[in-house]
Amino acid sequence: MNISALTGSRRAGKLNDTRINMSHGSGGRAMRALIQDVFVAAFDNPLLSALEDQAQISLADLTRHGDRLAFTTDTYVVDPLFFPGGDIGTLAVAGTVNDLAMSGARPFFLSCSVVLEEGLDVDVLRRVVASMKRSADQTRVAIVTGDTKVVERGAADKLFVNTAGIGVVPCGVAISAGQARPGDVVIVNGVLGDHGTAILIARNQLVLEADVASDCQPLDGLVAAMLATCPAIHCLRDATRGGVATVLNEFALASNVGIRIREDALPLREEVKGACEILGLDLLYLANEGKLVAVVAAADADRVLAAMRAHPAGSGAVSIGEVTECPVGTVVLHTAFGGERIVDMLVGEQLPRIC
Amino acid sequence: MRYVDEFRDPAKAQALLGEIRGLTATISRTRTQPLQIMEVCGGHTHSIFRYGIQQMLPDELEFVHGPGCPVCVLPMGRVDDCVALAERPNVIFTTFGDAMRVPGSRKSLLKAKADGVDVRMVYSPLDALAIASRHPEREVIFFALGFETTMPSTALTVIEARRQGIQNFSVFCNHITIVPTIKAILDSPDLRLDGFLGPGHVSMVIGTAIYEFVARHYRKPITIAGFEPLDVLHALWMVLKQIAEGRCEVENQYGRVVPAKGNPRALAAINEVYELREFFEWRGLGSIDHSGVRLREDYAAFDAERKFGVPNVRIADPKACQCGEVLKGVIKPQQCKVFGTACTPEMPLGSLMVSTEGACAAYYHYGRIDISRAVIDARVGE
Repeated sequence: MNISALTGSRRAGKLNDTRINMSHGSGGRAMRALIQDVFVAAFDNPLLSALEDQAQISLADLTRHGDRLAFTTDTYVVDPLFFPGGDIGTLAVAGTVNDLAMSGARPFFLSCSVVLEEGLDVDVLRRVVASMKRSADQTRVAIVTGDTKVVERGAADKLFVNTAGIGVVPCGVAISAGQARPGDVVIVNGVLGDHGTAILIARNQLVLEADVASDCQPLDGLVAAMLATCPAIHCLRDATRGGVATVLNEFALASNVGIRIREDALPLREEVKGACEILGLDLLYLANEGKLVAVVAAADADRVLAAMRAHPAGSGAVSIGEVTECPVGTVVLHTAFGGERIVDMLVGEQLPRIC
Repeated sequence: MRYVDEFRDPAKAQALLGEIRGLTATISRTRTQPLQIMEVCGGHTHSIFRYGIQQMLPDELEFVHGPGCPVCVLPMGRVDDCVALAERPNVIFTTFGDAMRVPGSRKSLLKAKADGVDVRMVYSPLDALAIASRHPEREVIFFALGFETTMPSTALTVIEARRQGIQNFSVFCNHITIVPTIKAILDSPDLRLDGFLGPGHVSMVIGTAIYEFVARHYRKPITIAGFEPLDVLHALWMVLKQIAEGRCEVENQYGRVVPAKGNPRALAAINEVYELREFFEWRGLGSIDHSGVRLREDYAAFDAERKFGVPNVRIADPKACQCGEVLKGVIKPQQCKVFGTACTPEMPLGSLMVSTEGACAAYYHYGRIDISRAVIDARVGE
């Protein structure tokens, strides 16, 4: 059911409950109060406030920015909901914005659908929604439609968020995983593995004390700066689940090329390295939420790197390797130690080793 | 990173490699077959692949990846027993992460979890004990697995459980002991190993004197080795030097961690809690006498095998699987009939393909660059 459908009366409801109960999903007054007081009040924009079943977006406005619509969706189920450097709300905005941005698109609109577990603290929800609003404002996107569902205790873990996003790809920009060419340069925008490590530590399963915050951030501004200096970026992808290793494998397979990276060129944080050493995890596979991998022609690399470093989200940008003819579909790491090994796709989840 | 970066110095590695090449050339003059050195531990195997050590070595020198990965030598029947225990009503089954994917004859623990059984990953047996004290109404079983490295922590947890009077906690003991296993490998008729990199963290507990039989009786040099890449190269150099000089001794490269006498408190905990089993079944190697331990009668209340009874059915290794030959160094992983085809990390037939410490998974994931072609061909053929 749509937010706007349920707030059709236009009467501003006030939510007095402190915990979510089943009536907040029943379509009645309690639900209207929840939507009005928590979502509509926070997201505050004319498209949402029109309170129709759908947001109506002017095509003419969009076509001024490019010739293709980029459309994506992602669901966020992170545990814990709040962690150093962000929360499920910042993730839900930055994650979807980044998926749009990786096509070169400028993001404009997001939806916000939530699945709430009965018993959830309403203040938790308000904090998450406030984070979403803050992140959306940062990157100048509007959250214009949405949905809420409540499920019985145990049927969901506290709060799940789905956001879909719409952006516009500028004319002439054609980025795809299949465009890496031998000789191209592989670039990342900063230190790797912060998000994955921050979540591991925040889950408190490990008695590890390290000051690592999630790198969760929108990357659309950085991508715009890169495109301004080099419209012909070959490949671009954010290194979320599965980390940089997964993205590089996707590029190598889609482009039928090899990719060679240098271990000593990887930007790594000592704390993250330490956590990985202790747990037996490979940080090339750790999740990031504000890191991208770009492949650009060698002739463009220095300019792109300079443009990235001039942007706050790219201050740590470095080249980590290059595209080769062979071995086709394979990522090879030159170890700092002087050897080399294949960096394969991950099988299932990374599991800590016994000893 | 201190205590880590020092042991990954490329310049020092090059110096050691120069020495290793020289020694190998000298030794190889009087031989027709390549030198074979077994690294006993899965941790060594992992380092060798992760840092690309193998392809830095001369062709006349090969690593044989030994049995020291506890996940890899776990027979299917024991995994079936785990699943059977986990499927009992009211049980919370706790395990180290990398044991989750080991295939049983019916399913792995990961699949059992998906099927609704309460299987939880822990980082220490004490975490499992904590779960037991938080859930007094449930039976919490810890899947105790590993060599002497992890034996003391299980033992101390059992002692702690008794001290706290926690009655709903038990361990399914699959601890194994390394010495009888090295002996079994040395006794195998098709053996042609020239020396060993000895276990690092196992030796931290049991000390170095216990390996004297390798040098004295079997006339093979053995060097206890650490796990950083320079440790591995340094220990390899020490073994080669022994071979070149015609010595067979127990040497300790990992002196910063391994004391000659081991860790007396850990050994005391082991002796307090466990007794040797008559024999224990190993994947790929068959039954090895006195190679496993179980809880002593005194601690029977914490022994899941006695408390619940397990089916204890012996399941033969899959026929096509050549894990045993790989473990003994008779064939290399990629020479196995099913490597990369019927047996992959996604669908492992043999447990050597499961853990990143398993030789087959290491070859598959990290492989020598020249086998990458074969791996890709194998995948295309799936």
